[in-house]
Amino acid sequence: MSVNEWLLILGMAGVTFGSRYLLFGLAGRIRMPVWMASSLQYVPPAVLTAITLPAVLLPQGKWHISPTNPYLIAALAAVGIGAVTKNLLATIAVGLIAFFGWRFVLVSVL
Amino acid sequence: MSTRKHEFISGARDSFPLLLGAFPFGLIYGALATTSGLSPAAGMIMALLVFAGSAQFIAVGLVAAQVPVTIIILTTFIVNLRHMLYSATLLPHLKNLPQKWRIPLAFWLTDETFAVTVRRFQREDRSRFKHWYQLGSSIAMYVNWQFWCGLGLVLGDRIPDAAGWGLDVAMPVTFIGMIIPFVKNIPMAICVLSAGTSSLLTLGLPYKLGIIVSAFAGIFSGLITASIVKNRKGGLA
Repeated sequence: MSVNEWLLILGMAGVTFGSRYLLFGLAGRIRMPVWMASSLQYVPPAVLTAITLPAVLLPQGKWHISPTNPYLIAALAAVGIGAVTKNLLATIAVGLIAFFGWRFVLVSVL
Repeated sequence: MSTRKHEFISGARDSFPLLLGAFPFGLIYGALATTSGLSPAAGMIMALLVFAGSAQFIAVGLVAAQVPVTIIILTTFIVNLRHMLYSATLLPHLKNLPQKWRIPLAFWLTDETFAVTVRRFQREDRSRFKHWYQLGSSIAMYVNWQFWCGLGLVLGDRIPDAAGWGLDVAMPVTFIGMIIPFVKNIPMAICVLSAGTSSLLTLGLPYKLGIIVSAFAGIFSGLITASIVKNRKGGLA
């Protein structure tokens, strides 16, 4: 392994652990205001949506809103099953099956 | 069975669907790392020490594009800033634990473990060992991730056109499954809609900054909607 690779990995590990640990480390020494505590419940759905939606609508970095986009079909299937069953395993399984099934259909038809 | 052991096993078990979602993701990471110019050892050590799927993915892409190390580290920082928001959310539940707990739980804090664990912490029962639940989820996710990254690195370029297989669909599908349980009232729905809209409007921002901007857009619109809903209910009563 080269020096550059070590620098890259240790740098990435440092900033990643830093952002995960900073608040845990400070715990007890800082007090969180009430408004901040109540705003935190919105963090996970907001962040996850902001990562997911572009990955579905621009799968290769380009806009692709059409039935020929299997990522979009998989996402719609996952949302549908997830909303009905509230079951994580079913959501992931149906999403993956929809993706590969739909892509197989597209390849066969087009 | 002791309560600690019970919590640990429950955490690992409840993470099972997410292990399934992580496997294709780890496999392509390994394959992409070998073709990016990183040595297989560096690819493995990155997975072991960084342990952040989306950041590892983006990093090997930037390595392949010969982007300078400092820029890759900066991008990693921005992409992973969301973990600070996660740790802020878990803080009230973990603040009384000693550092020997806080350090490993922070190291292993991923989107997946967070999504599973926050629901355990929010369940109101008197268990004093909910952090064992988080530990169970963390270790299951870590071992699983290393296995699939390692296998991807070993198979490497023997997987032809790994990126073209579409295994990356595992990430959005997994995340959709994690988002849905949160959307149980109007403010949450507005939060998700705003964050989604914002993520599409901020695509032009460098270093994935749009993720952070959209997080704040979602948080603020959720808070505003919640206060409107509350005032209206107050008016009726």
